[in-house]
Amino acid sequence: MAHALLKGETGDWEMVIGLEVHAQILTKSKLFSGASAAFGAAPNTQVSPIDAGFPGMLPVINELCIEKAVRTGLGLNAKINLYSVFERKNYFYADLPQGYQISQYQHPIVGEGEIEIDLPDGTTKIIGIERLHVEQDAGKSLHDQHPSKSYVDLNRSGNPLMEIVSKPHMNSAEEAAAYVTKLRAIVRYLDTCDGNMDEGSMRCDVNVSVRKPGDALGTRCEIKNVNSVRFVQQAIEYEARRQIEVIEGGGTIKQETRLFDTKNGTTRAMRSKEDAHDYRYFPDPDLLPLKLEQSFVDDIRKTLPELPDAKKKRFIALGLSNYDASVLTAEKDRAAFYEKVANNNDAKLAANWVTTELAGALNKAGKELHDSPVSAEQLGGLLKLISDNTISGKIAKDVFADMFESGKDAAAIVAEKGLKQVTDTGAIEKIVDEVLAENPDKIAEYKSGKDKLFGFFVGQVLKKSGGKANPAIVNDLLKKKL
Amino acid sequence: MSIDINTVRKVAKLARIRTTDADAEVLSGELNNILSMIEQLNEVKTDGVEPMTSVIEMNLPARADEVTDGDMPDKILSCAPEKAAGFFVVPKVVE
Repeated sequence: MAHALLKGETGDWEMVIGLEVHAQILTKSKLFSGASAAFGAAPNTQVSPIDAGFPGMLPVINELCIEKAVRTGLGLNAKINLYSVFERKNYFYADLPQGYQISQYQHPIVGEGEIEIDLPDGTTKIIGIERLHVEQDAGKSLHDQHPSKSYVDLNRSGNPLMEIVSKPHMNSAEEAAAYVTKLRAIVRYLDTCDGNMDEGSMRCDVNVSVRKPGDALGTRCEIKNVNSVRFVQQAIEYEARRQIEVIEGGGTIKQETRLFDTKNGTTRAMRSKEDAHDYRYFPDPDLLPLKLEQSFVDDIRKTLPELPDAKKKRFIALGLSNYDASVLTAEKDRAAFYEKVANNNDAKLAANWVTTELAGALNKAGKELHDSPVSAEQLGGLLKLISDNTISGKIAKDVFADMFESGKDAAAIVAEKGLKQVTDTGAIEKIVDEVLAENPDKIAEYKSGKDKLFGFFVGQVLKKSGGKANPAIVNDLLKKKL
Repeated sequence: MSIDINTVRKVAKLARIRTTDADAEVLSGELNNILSMIEQLNEVKTDGVEPMTSVIEMNLPARADEVTDGDMPDKILSCAPEKAAGFFVVPKVVE
C-alpha cells in the first residue's frame, strides 16, 4: 500500500508510528505472587502481601509466565534471549505500593522479530518487533468516586504483562489498527493472552511523529493507554493533524506524554513532572537473572499451533479469496468453526456460508459465533445436502433459516417438509410440459428471438415444483423442448 | 566522579526524601567519600569476568501457576491510613 500522506499547508506530511502493546499473560496467578490474576473481583480481594508491597516479602516467578512469554516471542518470529534480567523501574504513584515496578530493561526475554499485517486494500506489510519484555502491572486508581480522594484497588497489582514494542514501521492509522488486530489474533491463537481490550487485557501506548517525506524523524509524542483499535486510529489521526498544525504554525513539537480523550477524540498533554522519566533502573536484588536452556525453547516451538498467516495461506491454497481467508482466520474460533464446516465439503461453498449466511443471521440475531444456534457440524450437514443434489441452493437458504430458529438438523427438516429436490426427469418433464402449454404466446416470442424469456420458463417450472426441481435438469429439458 | 549539591537535591527529590540545603551540603561530602572508596574497585582487572549475581551458583527459582495467596482484604487494608468500600483511599491523584 502506498504511504498515506497527509496534506498540510506547506505540502505533504508522512506519519511515523510505533506501538507499545501491554498484553496480560493468560495465567491463573500473578507474576511474582500466588494471588489470583482473574478480572472483575471485589476490590483488594486478590492481593497478596507481595502485591501490596509489604516489607520483607520475596517475589517468586510464575513459571507459566516465562513459558508464555517465550511462546509469544516465537509467534512473533523473534529471537529468544536465553539470558534476561529483571530490573526495578522506580517511580512513586498511589497504585504502585512497592515504589517500583519489576520489569526488564537492558536484557529483555525476547529480542527482534517481525509480523505481517493485512491492510484493507488486500495487501500485506511487514512490521518489525523491537522487543518483548515481561513486567508487573500496577494497581488501579478510581478518581471519580470522591471529590478530593482517589480510591485504589490492588487486584491488578502484580498481574503478569508482556510489553511488546514495535519498530516505528507504521505510516498510517490503518496500519496501526491492522498491527493491533494481527497482534491480538496471534496472542489469542497462541493462548498467551485473551486479547480482551474491554477488560484491559490489551492496552496500547502509541508513539506518533510527523515529517516531510525523506526527512529525518520528527519529535514524537506518546499517547498513553489507548484501549480499542478504533481509539488507536482516532488518536493517531488527531495527533498527526495536531503536530502538523503546530509545525506549520511556526512552533516545535515537544516530546511529551499525552492522554487520549475518548469523549471528543482529542489528545492532551499530561501534567508532566520534569523527573517523571528518571526511573533509575537497576537489577532487582530479589531476583536472579533468568537463564533458559535452548531445549526449553525448542520444546515450546514444537507445541506452536498453526498461526493466522500460515492458516490464511493454506485457506487461499484451498481456493478461498484473500478476503474470505483473512476474515475466517482473524479469529481462532471462527477458523476452527469454518474448518469443521468445510470438513468433507467444498471449501469455497463452506466459506460463503460461514461468512455470509451464518454471519448475517448471527449479526441479525445479535449473537456471537460461540452461541450460534446452528453448530459447525449441522451447517456441514446442510452443505452436504446441497453438494449431493438432495436440495437446491435456494431451498438450502430456507432450510438454514429453519435450522437457525429450531436448532434441528438439516436432514430432519428436509424430510419433515418434503423439500427433497426432484431429480426424476419424468416428473420434471411433466411440469415443463404444463408450463409450456400454459404459455403459447411466450413461446412464440421466444422463438422470434427474445432469448431472455428462457429464464422466465425456468422460473415458472421451479415455482410450480415448489422450488424442488433440480435446476440443471429443468434447463436441459427446456432447451430440448423449446 | 563527583556528586555536587544539585545532584544530591535531585536524587533526594526522586527518592521523596526531604533535604535541607545544609543537609545536602553534608550529604554531598559523605557521598563523595563513599564513591571515592568504591572507585578503588576500578583498579581491579575484571576483563572476561562475568558479573556475580549470587553467592551460590543457582538458577532463578520458579513456582507453578496456582492460586495460593490473596483473599484477605481486611489484612491487606489493615495498615491503610484511610479506606472505604474495600478500597485504599488516598489524596486525589489525577493526571
